Amino acid sequence: MSKRKAYYASKIKRTTHMLFYKRHKKPGVKGWELRKTIGSDYPKVLKILDDHLKSLDLQVKTVFEDEKKMENPTQEQLDKARFLIELRGELSPKETKMIGWRIDDLAGLAIAIAYIISKKGKSPRKDIEELLKEKLPGWKVKINIDRYIRHGYLAQDENEQLYLDWRTRAEVDQKALVDLLLRTEM
Amino acid sequence: MLSEREQKKLGREKLQRIIDTGKTIEGRSLDPFLMDVKENIGTVRKYFSEWKIPEDLCLDAETIHQIASVTRLQSEWVKHRSTTLYTDPFLLDEKIKRLDKRNIIRAFVKAWHPIVESEQLTIPSLAEALTYWKSLAPLNERWNETAPQEVGSGTATREELVNQKILREEAFSKELETFWQELKKEVAERGENEKILYQDFVYVGTYEETVNRAFMTSFLVTYGYATLQIIPLEEETYIVPYKEPIMRGYDKQLVSIPIALTAEEWRKWRERTGNE
Repeated sequence: MSKRKAYYASKIKRTTHMLFYKRHKKPGVKGWELRKTIGSDYPKVLKILDDHLKSLDLQVKTVFEDEKKMENPTQEQLDKARFLIELRGELSPKETKMIGWRIDDLAGLAIAIAYIISKKGKSPRKDIEELLKEKLPGWKVKINIDRYIRHGYLAQDENEQLYLDWRTRAEVDQKALVDLLLRTEM
Repeated sequence: MLSEREQKKLGREKLQRIIDTGKTIEGRSLDPFLMDVKENIGTVRKYFSEWKIPEDLCLDAETIHQIASVTRLQSEWVKHRSTTLYTDPFLLDEKIKRLDKRNIIRAFVKAWHPIVESEQLTIPSLAEALTYWKSLAPLNERWNETAPQEVGSGTATREELVNQKILREEAFSKELETFWQELKKEVAERGENEKILYQDFVYVGTYEETVNRAFMTSFLVTYGYATLQIIPLEEETYIVPYKEPIMRGYDKQLVSIPIALTAEEWRKWRERTGNE
């Protein structure tokens, strides 16, 4: 192995450890942490790692500070961004069981997210509870919404308004979800 | 025809209604186009000339502020509707209600890329933890280390306490006794009928000392060394010292007499008497 290859192989290993294993309350690592451990060429290391992960159907996801997509981010924006490993492709409905969520819980999450998107990113908790109660028992609806909040999919303010939280923004392609729901044949 | 008062009352009610509607729209994420901005601006304009007092003008300003907030929401609403993310909530609502769970899940998993994260123990991390555990001091030793150190107590001199205003130069009772003697002397020299005008006794060259004398005088009266005699018609207050301190029984209702001692009053006294 050439010296250069060995150099990057070692960096990729360390980056993989940092990205896969949970270090903080929120998964993933910030750019500045990677720069400190891996060095200033960490964006290049992430790119090589992302290529490696393709064959495993995984990818390196970048979540910028203001959570908008950026074409050419600056070094400062990268340092402030959070890097995560996520599934590149799609899960099959059967595979969702592996994530530890029941089909009801996951369907409730999908509905809550889609409804909030359609309401401009904010909706009263009561409205979502009513919507979910159509198909889920009342006691379960409250527990489920609290669970979505706990996992970082939804956030709630003091006026009981629900918003999309960091995990939804990192994991869900919002436009695709709404399009898919509307296109689904009944 | 409404009277001016009724007209104002009606105006206030209308402005309050506009504010409440705006707050409801903002708080409950209702359609901001529920508010007719043009009509409400007309209402504000109609009543503006009626407002004279600050409360009404504040209400007017708050109404304008609320209308501005709703206008901002209307602008955001239009922007959102023009984006590709906009979906009619009613359409989506209907669709969600009709789709079965499996179809919803099928759609969701196509747009969902869950984060991969892992928690796992490794041999090196266990070894590191064991090393740490070995070097970790027992809890009782660590607590001893952080126990607060004792600070030795010292002594302070009386002069230091007087300087810090914790102690007075004399014991208070002794000071009061001296002040009582001074009062008796002043009455003998400058008083009439065994009494002296409150101002003549209390007021002196500096305001600070005047306040101190008023403070001491109040204790002379409270502790039975002297009494106050007030002549309401002439608005004069005299201090009458007792020959011997008298003990007051608790069966008698005591009264408090407030005497104002303003710097302004003291300055006038000084100008009048030429006392520097």
